[in-house]
Amino acid sequence: MEQKWVVFSLGTNTYGIDVQSVRSIERVQPVTRVPNAPAHVKGVINLRGVVTPVIDLRLRLGYEAVEPTDETRILIASLNQGDAGFIVDRANEVVESEDVRLEPIPESSRDMLSAHLTAIAKGEDKLFSLLDANALFDEQHAE
Amino acid sequence: MDVNEYLGLFLDESQEHIQSVNTQLLKLEQTGSQDAIQEIFRSAHTLKGMSATMGYESVANLTHEMESALDLVRAGKKESNQLLLDTMFSAMEQIEEMIANIETGGRGANVDVAATVSAFQSFIGSTPKAAPTVEANVFTADLYTDSVITQAKETGFEAFQLHVKLSDAVVLKAARAYMVFDRLQELGEVVRTLPETEAIEQEQFELSFDVLFVSQETADVIEHAVSQVSEVEHVHVTVYTSASSAPEVAVSAETVAVAEPKPKIETEEPKEQAVAQAKTIRVNLERIDRLMNLFEEFIIDRGRLERLADEVGQPELNETVEKIKRGTNELQSLVLTLRMMPIEQVFNRFPRMVRSVAKDIHKKVQLDITGAETELDRTVIDEIGDPLVHLIRNAIDHGIELPEVRVAAGKPEQGSLALRAYHGGNRVFIEIEDDGAGIHVDKVRSKALERGVITPEEATAMTDNEVAMLIFAPGFSTADVVTDLSGRGVGLDVVKNKIESLGGVVTLETVVGQGTKFQVSLPLTLSIISAMLVQAGEETYAIPLSSILETTLLDEADILTAHRERVFDFRGQLVPLVYLKEMFAIETETKTQFPVVVVRKGNKLVGVVVNDLIGQQEIVMKPLGTYLEGIPAISGATILGDGRVALIVDSNDLF
Repeated sequence: MEQKWVVFSLGTNTYGIDVQSVRSIERVQPVTRVPNAPAHVKGVINLRGVVTPVIDLRLRLGYEAVEPTDETRILIASLNQGDAGFIVDRANEVVESEDVRLEPIPESSRDMLSAHLTAIAKGEDKLFSLLDANALFDEQHAE
Repeated sequence: MDVNEYLGLFLDESQEHIQSVNTQLLKLEQTGSQDAIQEIFRSAHTLKGMSATMGYESVANLTHEMESALDLVRAGKKESNQLLLDTMFSAMEQIEEMIANIETGGRGANVDVAATVSAFQSFIGSTPKAAPTVEANVFTADLYTDSVITQAKETGFEAFQLHVKLSDAVVLKAARAYMVFDRLQELGEVVRTLPETEAIEQEQFELSFDVLFVSQETADVIEHAVSQVSEVEHVHVTVYTSASSAPEVAVSAETVAVAEPKPKIETEEPKEQAVAQAKTIRVNLERIDRLMNLFEEFIIDRGRLERLADEVGQPELNETVEKIKRGTNELQSLVLTLRMMPIEQVFNRFPRMVRSVAKDIHKKVQLDITGAETELDRTVIDEIGDPLVHLIRNAIDHGIELPEVRVAAGKPEQGSLALRAYHGGNRVFIEIEDDGAGIHVDKVRSKALERGVITPEEATAMTDNEVAMLIFAPGFSTADVVTDLSGRGVGLDVVKNKIESLGGVVTLETVVGQGTKFQVSLPLTLSIISAMLVQAGEETYAIPLSSILETTLLDEADILTAHRERVFDFRGQLVPLVYLKEMFAIETETKTQFPVVVVRKGNKLVGVVVNDLIGQQEIVMKPLGTYLEGIPAISGATILGDGRVALIVDSNDLF
């Protein structure tokens, strides 16, 4: 089956997220902090009249926080629990499944983070991990 | 006639009348009010008419019997008794079941009413009320009677009410009656008789009849004169006290004039009637929701417009914006009330339910309802009934003790059950409080352990209140004996789930031997609210105006310490202070003088310390979404005129 992923970067790492679940890609905009929320919850934004939570994906995946740049984007994903935004360093491209080959996550690199990864996609000049956004959120919520 | 079109109306009106009958029945039981009988009769009559038109004969037949029985009571021919009251209560229950059946597409023939019908019939057929006391209520006033009496009184006459009873052995009743009238005509003037004069002439009365009579003679003279007529066994003469004895009341002759004055009940009644008869149209809820959504968008744009007008600073523009603002304010309060209904609609059915449940299990319970006028969203109203029924049944079944147990414990024989509703912040609180046995925490703990609801470690770590809350855990029942009420296989966990699905929370407080209080808090689901915008550091928060008592300025020096808590003196009351910047970890400097927003919950107060007050504004409440649910002290968010998001403070969490 034809699949497409939105590929984005966090530092030097690249990830892909199913294009079906991405509603839009937004530029950085003022975020209202939500007090007493988990640290990786950046806050909420006004997304065309809908108050939408925004997650700093760097913090969520255990990277260091960075200041936003011109390239910083918010990926709005539609999830089981409603829409949410992920702050990423850069949104690169949309990759089709015919351009890559999927491989399982290597046993050796199984750690906390890889629980949210479904596979590794390899192409000619591409290498990115497939992220299961829902798993990221659901587990999150249970914590 | 195509009756389907009218079915909705029929169902609605039936419910209204059933409700009204139930209310009046309770009133009748407690006060014996004659007005209540009139009301019940009227409703039964209407129910009969409506159901007959719609072709629901089962309902029509039952209401017919009820109407006939009431007619006798109404006319003073029979006295209402407990048996009749009980019969009427069960008749209303049966009618309710029938209506429910009709609502689900049935014919309303689902209930066996034979017992009820025969109970009514035996009441109708029983020996008529022997009426030695006729002080009240023989003559219901009409305009004519009243004006005659008023006139007579102005010319020095007095109105009397005579009850004449002929002896059992009388042969010519009509003739004797005629002689009585003859005597009376010599002393004054007969105004009215009961039965009507023609009926008396045709011997259509039992052995007694009543006469309304005006005369200048005294009661004794009249009594003596009438008792001279042979075969008159007994004459009783009383002064006729009519509302018209006070001339200015003569106009309002529709009110039942002869009844003994029961001022409070009687004055309240016309009001209740008016409410029930208020004209309504039925609007699809979806349309209202669409209207609300459009209006929300409009309000946000208005905020933007206001801000722009401020920046431009053009007087005419400002004036126009101001006009729009005023107009929309009115529009808004109107739109908001569309979905709101008083909780009365739910509470109304409880008095009767409490009565019958208590009766079934031989307990005595006094139900006190306050705040029935509290309004909340229609959707919540529709859903909250069942959980409340369950909690109330639970309170009567498990909470309130049997009368002998209560007496032994030094409590009044009659248990008290309080049902309260009130607004607090953007929530509605409903409390059910009994003065019963309370919850035995140890019993709950051991049962929870036994059923594996909690582990022994958990059991030791839990506070008493946490343990008490276990009665809401799935598969838990504290009843030692499974009664009919609690043995329905529905646990309190269902109640909890239902309340939570409505965005509500249920909590309880209990003291062994003193009682239990359940508190249900529900969202108002008001999407547009008035709020005070406050600033702390760089952040803006909205505090719903409905929870704000007032705002005040406080000096650092005014802060006192009590029990290691910071408090301040607010009109002679020590009120604890909560710092918004601490609560929400906001980085900001401390000023020496700062505004305090005093918020309330029930009768408790808290002062919220902020940096600045921005001002009052209409805001549209938006949910934070499932993901951020449960953030303490934040109930939602709103979008400000400049497009930024501000969080709404849930002041209930500050207590």
